[in-house]
Order: sequence, then C-alpha cells, then structure tokens
Amino acid sequence: MDSVMSFFGLDCTKKKEKEEERHLRANDRELNLSYKYATNAIKTSKYNLFTFLPLNLFEQFQRIANAYFLFLLILQVIPAISSLSWFTTVVPLVLVLLVTAVKDASDDFNRRKTDRQVNNRRVSVLVSGELRSEKWMDVQVGDIIKLENNKFVAADLLLLSSSEPLNLVYIETAELDGETNLKVKQALTVTGEMGDCIEKLAAFNGEVHCEPPNNRLDKFTGTLTFRDQKYALDNERILLRGCTLRNTEWCFGLVIFAGPETKLMQNCGKTTFKRTSIDHLMNVLVLFIFGFLAFMCTVLAIGNGIWEFQEGSVFTAFLPRPDGVDASFSAFLTFWSYVIILNTVVPISLYVSVEIIRLGNSFYIDWDRKMYYPRSDTPAEARTTTLNEELGQIKYVFSDKTGTLTQNIMTFNKCSISGKSYGDVFNFAGQRLEITEKTEKVDFSYNPLADPKFSFHDHSLVEAVKLEAPEVHNFFRLLALCHTVMAEEKEEGNLLYQAQSPDEGALVTAARNFGFVFRSRTPETITIVEMGVQKSYELLAILDFNNVRKRMSVIVQSPEGKLSLYCKGADTIVYERLHPSCSKLMDVTTEHLNEFAGEGLRTLVLAHKNLDEDYFREWSTRHHMASTTLEDREERLDELYEEIEKDLLLLGATAIEDKLQDGVPQTIEQLSKANIKIWVLTGDKQETAENIGYSCNMLREEMTDVFIISADTPQEVHEELRNARKKMKPESEDEPTIIQRGILDKKSKMLPDETVDGEYGLVINGHSLAYALDKSLEQELLRTACMCKTVICCRVTPLQKAQVVELVKKYKQAVTLAIGDGANDVSMIKAAHIGVGISGQEGMQAVLSSDFSFAQFRYLQRLLLVHGRWSYLRMCKFLRYFFYKNFTFTFVHFWYAFFCGFSAQTVYDEWFITVYNLVYTALPVLGMSLFDQDVNDRWSVQFPQLYSPGQLNKYFSKTAFFKCVLHSCYSSLVLFFIPYAAMYDTVRDDGRDIADYQSFALLAQTCLLITVCVQLGLDTSYWTAVNQFFLWGSLAVYFAITFTMYSNGMYLIFTASFPFIGTARNSLNQPNVWLTILLTSILCVLPVVAYRFLLIQLCPTINDKVRFKVRQAKVALPPPSFRTRLRRRSSRRSGYAFSHAQGYGDLVTSGKYLQRGAISRGRGFSSSIQQRSGALQEMPQMYRAVKDASQ
Amino acid sequence: MKNQGTTNRPDNTAFDQQRLPAWQPVLSAGIVIPGFLLVGLAFIGIGVALFVTSRSIQVLENDYTGTGSSVHCSECVNPKTTPCTCQLNFSLSALFQGPVFLYYGLSNYFQNVRGYGSLRRPSSSCAPYQYDQNTTIAPCGSVANSMFNDTFTLYQLVNATRKTVPLDGKGIAWWTDYNIKFRNPPEVDGSLAAAFNGTVKPVNWPKPVYDLDPTNPANNGFLNQDFLVWMRTAALPDFWKLYRRITEGEYASGLPAGNYTLEIQYNYPVANFAGRKSVIFSNTSWMGGKNQFLGIAYLVTGSLCVVMSAVMLIVYAKFNSPDEDF
Repeated sequence: MDSVMSFFGLDCTKKKEKEEERHLRANDRELNLSYKYATNAIKTSKYNLFTFLPLNLFEQFQRIANAYFLFLLILQVIPAISSLSWFTTVVPLVLVLLVTAVKDASDDFNRRKTDRQVNNRRVSVLVSGELRSEKWMDVQVGDIIKLENNKFVAADLLLLSSSEPLNLVYIETAELDGETNLKVKQALTVTGEMGDCIEKLAAFNGEVHCEPPNNRLDKFTGTLTFRDQKYALDNERILLRGCTLRNTEWCFGLVIFAGPETKLMQNCGKTTFKRTSIDHLMNVLVLFIFGFLAFMCTVLAIGNGIWEFQEGSVFTAFLPRPDGVDASFSAFLTFWSYVIILNTVVPISLYVSVEIIRLGNSFYIDWDRKMYYPRSDTPAEARTTTLNEELGQIKYVFSDKTGTLTQNIMTFNKCSISGKSYGDVFNFAGQRLEITEKTEKVDFSYNPLADPKFSFHDHSLVEAVKLEAPEVHNFFRLLALCHTVMAEEKEEGNLLYQAQSPDEGALVTAARNFGFVFRSRTPETITIVEMGVQKSYELLAILDFNNVRKRMSVIVQSPEGKLSLYCKGADTIVYERLHPSCSKLMDVTTEHLNEFAGEGLRTLVLAHKNLDEDYFREWSTRHHMASTTLEDREERLDELYEEIEKDLLLLGATAIEDKLQDGVPQTIEQLSKANIKIWVLTGDKQETAENIGYSCNMLREEMTDVFIISADTPQEVHEELRNARKKMKPESEDEPTIIQRGILDKKSKMLPDETVDGEYGLVINGHSLAYALDKSLEQELLRTACMCKTVICCRVTPLQKAQVVELVKKYKQAVTLAIGDGANDVSMIKAAHIGVGISGQEGMQAVLSSDFSFAQFRYLQRLLLVHGRWSYLRMCKFLRYFFYKNFTFTFVHFWYAFFCGFSAQTVYDEWFITVYNLVYTALPVLGMSLFDQDVNDRWSVQFPQLYSPGQLNKYFSKTAFFKCVLHSCYSSLVLFFIPYAAMYDTVRDDGRDIADYQSFALLAQTCLLITVCVQLGLDTSYWTAVNQFFLWGSLAVYFAITFTMYSNGMYLIFTASFPFIGTARNSLNQPNVWLTILLTSILCVLPVVAYRFLLIQLCPTINDKVRFKVRQAKVALPPPSFRTRLRRRSSRRSGYAFSHAQGYGDLVTSGKYLQRGAISRGRGFSSSIQQRSGALQEMPQMYRAVKDASQ
Repeated sequence: MKNQGTTNRPDNTAFDQQRLPAWQPVLSAGIVIPGFLLVGLAFIGIGVALFVTSRSIQVLENDYTGTGSSVHCSECVNPKTTPCTCQLNFSLSALFQGPVFLYYGLSNYFQNVRGYGSLRRPSSSCAPYQYDQNTTIAPCGSVANSMFNDTFTLYQLVNATRKTVPLDGKGIAWWTDYNIKFRNPPEVDGSLAAAFNGTVKPVNWPKPVYDLDPTNPANNGFLNQDFLVWMRTAALPDFWKLYRRITEGEYASGLPAGNYTLEIQYNYPVANFAGRKSVIFSNTSWMGGKNQFLGIAYLVTGSLCVVMSAVMLIVYAKFNSPDEDF
C-alpha cells in the first residue's frame, strides 16, 4: 500500500516549496493572486508542440533497451570497432522511436482533449458584483461560484448558502468514493443568511485560513473570519470537486482549492505504469542476456588475444597490424566489435514486435462480438494495450459486488400474503414456468400512478387486490407506510422515489403499482393513495432500523382514527414477536420463505397490530421521557420498542431479488474451474454480501465450513483467523514458511500456497479487516484466506480494497485482477495487476482508470479464458520462438569466430543481418502470434483447465528460456558445422570456387532462414491463409531480395554496398549446396519433432489432451453444459433490508462519523424549529424525529 | 448500414472474430512415425548416392610446404633462396579421369580475418595498403598485396623426356567476377600500362598489375584470372583455389597413367606462420569436388530417423493414452 500512498502524496508536495497554510479572502482576487495558488485549469497531458520531441526522446532513451541501442550505434561509428555498418542499427532504432513517438503523441493528444473538455465546462462565477458564466479553467481561488442542481462541483468549495432550508445541500459523491447515496452538507448560518442575494455575496469578504492542499477526502480543518468573528470550518462545510449536486436548486460556494490542488486531483495521482509479469521476466532475462553477451564477448576477446599472439603476430606479412595495436589492445577492440555483432540476441525488433502483438490482441478484444453488450451498445474495450498476456495468468480476481456481480436493481419478485404465495407463473397443467423476457406482464394501466418500469407476472395478486381482501390491502398499506423513502412529485402523477436503499424503493414501488401509492410525506404525516382514494396518515413514531433490531416499525393513525403499528423485519426477529394465534400462518409463511430464500431472494416479514389509544398515549409519554434522559437512553428506548413491538399479527412476507447480472454464477463456476480464486470485496453489509455469495454460487451449502470473522479487537481477529486456519489444516504451523524470492527481486518474501482438504469460505467484515491488514496480522489473514475457496470481505472502504489487493500482490507470486464499476473500486483497479471496469453504467471513473472494460461481468470469462489464454499463449510462443531464432542467428557468429581468428568477422552478409529481423522473419512470427490458437474459443471455455498453465508460468519462464538457449545452441552448431564440413575443401561441379567467404555466407544464411521458417511451422498450430502467405512470402521475399541484391544491376548502381555480386547465381545452382541446406534444416528440426512427439506420448499436458479430444470430436462439440439455473438451497438466508442503512444521508462507513453527522443534523433541526418552521415542510430529516431524538 | 443503437457493434467478420478457417496440424502418430521412416529412407538413398559419387572422385594432393612432414621443396623453405624451383614427382597407375583440375591449397591461412581487406567493402578498406609513399597502390588492400604467386608447370615423363601438359588458365574465375565485378580502367592509347599511370604496384608484388601475365596481354590488370581467383577470399582458414584446368589436347579426357613431374616456382612464404601449401589434382562430379562428409552425414541421419521411428512406434504402442479422462 505504501506505494499507492506515497504515490498520491508525492507529486504535489515536491513541486513547490511546501505550503504551510492556505489563506484567502473572498472576492479579493488581488490578494489571492498574490499567493500564486493554482487556478482551476487542470493539465494531465505531458507535452506541447515544442517540448514533444526532446521530452519524448529523453523519455524513450530512458528505456534501457533504447539506450543500449544508442550505445551500440555509437560503437558502430568508431572505425576500429565497427564490425557492422551503422545502418544495421539505425534503421530499426529509428523505426522503433518513431512508432513509440506516434503512439505517445496520440495518447497525449487524447489527454489534452479531455483536459480541454473539462476545462471548458461552464460555471457561474460572481465577478465584480454580477454572475457571469465562465469556463472552469478561469475560476480562481477566492471566487464565489454558483452551482445548480445536477451539476458537477467545479472546485473544492466552502459552502456559503443554498436554496434548501437550513442551508443544506445534497451531494452525490460517487465520483469520489463510489457511494451512491446522497450526503448532506450544511453551510454556516452566518454565511447561509446571505442566501442568493448577489449584493450580499459580492460584499462578502470573509477570510479563510485552512490546511494546505492534501488528499484526505474526509477531513478538513480551517477557520473563517468574517466580521471579526471566527468560525471553525470542518468537512461538513466543504463541497469537493467531483461531487454532484442533487435535490438542491442552487448553492453558492467559495473556492478554496482549485484545479490540481483539489482533493480529487490530489487523489487521482498519475496512472501507475503497469507492466506484466512477462515484462518483469524479460527485464531479468535481458539482464541475463547482457551478462551472457559480455561473457561471450570476453571469451572471444580472449580468443582474439591468443590468436593475435600466436597466429596474427606471425601472419603480419600478409595482414599487417595497424600502428599501436598489439594483441591485448586488439582483444579489447574485438570485445566491442563482438558486442556489436552479437547484439542481435536482444534485437530492437523484439520490443516492437511485442508491442504489435499486444496491440493486435487488444484489437481482438475490442472487436469481439461475444463481449459486446447490445442493450447498452457497449463493446468491450482494451484501454491498456500492453497487458494482454497477463490476462492469461490471473490467479486472483477481486470483484466488487454492487454493479459488478449484481445489477444494483432490486425487484419485488414474490410475496406471501396470509399463507398464499404470489409471484410464480403456472401453465394450464399447473407446472411452474420459468419467467423470461417474454412472459406476459401484469397490466397496471388501471392505476394512473403506477410505475411503468415495474413488472410483475402473476395476475392472481392483482385479482386479490381488486377483490379487496383486507390482508392484501393491509400488506400493501404497510409497504406504503413503513419506510423512510421520500417522494418527489415534479408534475402531477409523475412520482420519483428517493430511497436510501434500493430494497425499500422496490417495496414502495411495488405497493404503488398494486394501488397503494405513497405520495408525499411531512414530518407528521404520510399521504398515500389507497386504490384511488387519497388518505393522509398521521405519523406518530418511527422505530427505526438498526443492526441489532433488524426491523423497523411505524406507528400511524389512519384518517378514521385507528392507531396501528406496522413492522417489517428479518423473519427470525419478527417471528419472535408474533401473537401466538399466528402460529399456523407462520408455518405456511415459513415454507414460502424457505422457497424464496432457496431462489436466492431477500426476504422480509411483515406484521402489524392495532394499538389501543390510551396505551399508546401512555407509551408515548414514557417514550418522550426516555428520549430526553441522559443516562442509558438507548437501552431504555430499546426496551420501550421491545414492549410495543409484540403480539404482532403476521401479514406475510416479501421477496426481493437483488438481480445478479446475467451469467454471473456460471462465470464464477467457470473461473473457479480454471483455478482462479475469486474474492469479493464489497462495501455492502455482511448479510448482503453473504447472500450474494450464495446466489453466485461462491458460497455453497456443501462447503465444509464458512468462517465469519467479525471481531472488534486485533487479538480477537487474530484468534478467529487462527482458529479458522487450524480447523482447515490442524497441522499447519503458526509461523508461516516464507520463501525468499530471487536476489534480484526487491520484494523478497513470498508465502507458499497451502492446500487443504474440503472447501471453505471466509467472510470478513470491514472492522476486522482493518485489524487484519495490520502488518502483524496480514500474513495470518493471507494464509487463512488463501486456504479458503471463497473469500468475501464486506464493509470495506476503497482504501482497504486496494490494501487487500496489495497484500496478495506482496506475498503471492500471482497475478491479480480487480473488477468493479464504481469510483470506490478505482483504488483497487489501480492496485491490481489488471483492472477491469464495468462500463455502460453511470459513473465512468472505474472505467477510466481500468485497463479493460466491458458491460457485463460474464464477459470476464471470455476475456480470461479465451482472449487472455490466447494472448498468453501467443506471447509465450512468440518469445520462445523469437529468442530461438535470434540466439541461433547469433551463436553461428560465435562458432565462426573460432575459424576466422576471432576477428569479429560476420558469418552472413551485412544486408542479411540488417533485414533478418525486420523483413525475413518479422511477418511469419507476427502471423503466428496474432492468429495462433491451440484450440478454438468454444473449447477454451469448455475446458477451463486449459487456463492453468498460464497461472503456473508454464509457457515462458526462466526454464523455458534456458531450453530455448540450449535449443539454439544445438541449432547453431548444426547450422555452422554442417555447411562447414560440407564445404570443406570442396569445389563447384565445374571446378571453380564455392568455399569462398561469400558463398559460405549465403549458404549459412539460407540454411538459417529455412531452418527458422520450418521451426516456425512446427510451432504454429493454427495455419490460416495469412500464416501461409507470410511464411511462404517471407521465403520468397528472401530469395527475391537476395537475387536482387546480388545482381549485376545493384552492383553497378551501388558498387560499394553490394559486393556479393553473383554469389547467389554461382552458389545456388549447385546440388551440393541444396543438399547441405536440406540436411541442415532436417537435422535442426527432426529432433524437435521427435522430442515433442515423445513428450505428448509420455507425459501429455492438458493442452495435448484437449487437442486430442478436438481431433476426435472434429464434428460435434458437446454443447456447453452449465448448470442451467443454480437453485434449491436448503437454508434460508433471510435478512431484513440487506442494503438498508441506518438513516438517510448517513455515512455508513464509520460509527464515529455517523454520530457526528446525526448530532449536527439534530442541532440543525432544533434550531430550525425556532427560526423557520415554515420551511420545514420538505425537510427530509423530519420524519426521523424519533430516532434523532433518541440519539 | 448498421442499425441505429448498435453503432458500436463490432463487425462480424471471420478475421475480427478470430474464426479464420485454418489448418490445424497435430503431431500425431499417424504423421510423425511414417514421416520419420520416409525421411530416413530418403536420406539413406541420397546418402548412398552421395557416398558412391564422392568415392568415385579422384584426388591427388601433395603438400610441398617443405617443412615438417612434407619432404617436397624443403630446399626452398629458406626465403633467401630466390628464385627457387623445386620438383614434385608422382606417378599415376591408372587414368586420372578428366577434366582434371589443378588446385593449390593453403591451410592455416586466414583470408577471412576481418580487416584482411576487401571482404565486404572493396573500396573502403584498403588500409594499410592504400598508398605507397603517397602514390595509390593498384590494386590496393591486403588481399591483393598478399596474392599467391607460386607457379606450377606439369610435365609428363614419356620415355624419359618431359612433355609439357598444357594447363588452361582461362575461365577459372567466376563469370561474374570476370565480367561484372572487376573492371580494368579504360586503356589509354591502347595501352593498359598507361591506364595504370600514377599508381604503383602492391608492395609484395614483383611486377605491376598490368604485367601479371606476360604470355597473354588480355589476361592482365584487374582481369587477371589468378588475381580474380585470389580475390574471392576463402571462408575458412583451409582452402583450395583453382590454379589451372587440364582440358586440352590429349589430356582432355584425363591424365593417362604414367609418371609426372610438377615443377614449382616456390615464391610464397608460409613457413613463418605455420601455414601449409599443397598442390591438388582433382576431378569433379555432379556434386562438385570430393566431399565424403555429406554422404556419410546423410547415411547417419537417415539411419537415425529410421531408428527413431521404431522407437516412437514402440512408445506409441505402449503409452498411447492421451484420451484418458481429465
């Protein structure tokens, strides 16, 4: 986590000298400008027209590879060293630099465009006494700006005044922390009095002293000095950039932090440059290769020294030495000459090709119709094009819940009313039908206030409502009355519900459609329309929900004067409080509840009772007393609630479906078959998370055990974790065995995987997680969690999400993927190796910081099992082959050195060296790495086990690399010594020369090229027309270019450049040359074929087995056999209001904050009674009076 | 045109969707085992043909370095004895099938050292033999400077008289070298010597380049055949270079059995760097000069393939179980 934190903090503090305290005065631009605070313009782009070239080149040469090639280039222009012409390096280097520069430029251009778009948004600014529409970028610290409803907050503002009573504003902070519920901010009374009076605002000259810019979203300290009075400022008064104003007509704010200094921007950080594990491996390998190169060069330099001493010194009659060069100096020069010649072990084209392959495979993701979501017209998108092969190596998936696994849509699905279950559709034979899109929906057109989006399929319920069955009416009346939803009716009949939890919204909407329309509320009344008749109920008390009570009740008085208590809550809780007369109904309802729960629905039991007026008056007095006492207030209130919530009469039960996205359970099943561990990290409550865990098939009844960690102290958490671990694996040691990773790795610790028998699940809540993530406990947490098949973390903050990901990254040598849709997932998406954003929903923050995005969770399966696997396979094949072909190419030089006096003479024609990687072998290997598939996509999905080699780094690792080197060694030996022996002292059939240097070079390079082509053919398992074309085309091009370059014409035009004139003609018409080529290539390739064949026979991999199956079942692919619908679970996971928060607008994360928030509002409420009782009508907090007072 | 609302829908082409039709070969037993067998048999066939052909090629090689094991020309080893002529006698018991080629062979001679000269860039790397006292050397460079200059004359001993065997020095260089790669400077007043005016001969040469072959004026300058052969530098430190062909008169069909004397003008020093010189008589076949290696390599490879196919057959029969459940 350190990296992320330091990352956030670093950038801003470094630039300027540190700002100690911020001081500004409203409406005083001159003063504020003197401090040189940042303006509101943001700039995320890096270059401009003039700085682009130098900056970009500078950046590019920071890459070790590019710098290395520059160094080579310098070596090559030194005549004494130059063993190759300068163009062999310049051509590829320029090409690479150019491609990268173009890519960087287009990226930067896009950033610039987004910047401009944001900077040019309009906002009303108060300038010299009048409101003017200005661009965001022109807003200055100290300006007063006016915001309107549903507009983004332009900068970090001190709230001055608002249109709402008590100077409240409602904001949505989804962009900041991903929480979609509304939050309340309140202005100081002294500033709030200004209202929207422009004169007063323009005259406002308050001075603010506050903390310097920082990235803490939940903290703000400062003071406002106005009219010689000091007022404390805290986070309650601050609107942060990135929030959206909701339900508030307008508000005025004073800009405190602008642009890059806003908390949002300070939090954004720069996007970390992610690199794949193959990249890291490559870095290690490249270091190794450099070492190896130095070793080879040293050997050859020593060889040269010896040769010069023994042979060269006496050979001077024919080959005199340049002045001042003796054997040792010659050896020194030779070292560098061989550095140039042998540099092809790490050719530049490797890096270009890798980028091209990744880009190509990214395009496949963009183009995939099977990852296109037609409903929102969203195709999948590979936003980062450099991480593809990592997708084939994922070991851990961290998923958000809401919006990712679920659609965040609650639907009223079923209900049970006085023993009768509604919601299922049956056919004439009495069989239950699967409800699909096509199932006929209930027509609610008789109800003008019905919500058209609501759908229900069981007609019998409507009949029951229309028959005016009293239980049914009571049932829906309860739903319409007992809730904390607010209604907004902008125009007649068009109702908009603001619910704090989607569950409540769903229930109230259901009641609305069935004819019990909740219309409006005041602190004292609730107005509903009952079957077309408007009634106003007097709201006498709300006995609000909390975690212990797990129920909520309202006490209302009907217009007829009847006093009733309506209660809804968790089944177990409500059942305890039912009147004994309900026992029969209880049994039936329990059955229904089981059924609902079995389908993964969230259930709720409804009950009511009529109250005796006298008793209620008396109770009400006691309640008032209790709520005003100072001691044990909560206990006493609880007791009172208990007293009145008893002897309830059961009405029925509701079942709400937290709609999973399509195909989520199947996807999870597939992924776990692929040995991918899925951890759900959600901000939701434990019950919700568990429930989703079950309905996604992550937690199962068959599991041996599901551990729930919810302790309050570090010791307890440790205890619980250890107990869980001991239970899974009694013999496991307390001290974890830590494997030290290689010396080169900075993070040296690694926890090995421990296997356990049986399947376990782990549920851990946010508080426990906070302790468990501590340094002292993190290893314990990780060990326990990794033994479990499923891990669910609930109530986690965005930061914790990232911490969990970092923890796994730190101790497990595994690739992680985080998937989420909201801004609260951003940190985790950035922290994980691969971040996936669910697009198409509102709030693009997650998508913007993600590496891949698509619209539905189920596409993850295809992304990993198909695209990821293929990308990994292709990349590994590419790297193996590429290293093979270049090592082979290079090693031949090494062998030749022993026969040319270690003089850095090349084996091949210089032109061949220049274009070998760029032309002759570039396309075939690209073709393979863009098209290859071992088995097609359907088989890939059919056998998720095919995914596991990637997780184990099977296809490209250090071992695989050494195999490559050995293979190249063998090939190069064959490639040098077969032509050597075949050409030794031999002549053409007409007696002329054929063992000359040029013919030998041609022979060696032809052998090499044909060998690597055949080897490529062996590696290719998917021969498309393109592959054929590339391969044969390359060979044809080789011969064409060779004959052209060795032709008379080229020699006559560029005499100096093409000295190989006639070699091809004179050499390639000789049968023994061709026989040598044949022998060489066969000798290089056949052992590989034999080895691979024997390997398949003796120890077939999963891949071989599947390919064998594919061949057998060429015609018929077995249809994918998912468990069609995962249903029927025995135990009931009923829970009241899973996503129910304690109160409207409360922050759910910390208890401390919760209290503070509640108190402040309470204060606001009491003061408002004295001041502006008239404006209270719409105040949303009012109906929570009972609860508020209780705190 | 696409429908409204699905404007982002990816195209449904085989390429985009990675459904390109493809041939997916697998290393199955049905291909690999017979394949190995066939390759093996074919190689054995080729190997036999090469081996037989190679054996039929006659080679007569004589080392005349004059030091070490070589007894010929030992009198000429001392570089001070110039000019030195030595003789090499040999007898043929049977006809040496023609056309016969006469080669000189050098070993431990590194024509392939980088910096030796015009291996790659003829014009650019003449140093240190670019100038001799500020006059341009023609031809320049180490290679030209170190041109082989022993000469051979072959006599057949017929009834104790020496009969000269005509040696043909025409067309021993590559056609391209003679016609394209090397050009003489345009003659001045019909004189090649004048064309080389302003240049000096290479340091080691006894005569200038336009005077290399006094017997044939057309064989002078850069187009001298021996010069061209020498300039085609060898790839390896041991090499043969074609000296003459024996194609004329009664020797067109070969050297008849009998006694021969090769008279060698021993000019070229190799002793100081432990190099060796030899002279070779050889004929050729369709596969070029004598080379036992290729035939043997083919035979060995072929046999290995056959053996491998048998091994693979056994393995396949014993372990063939890739279809087990997984």
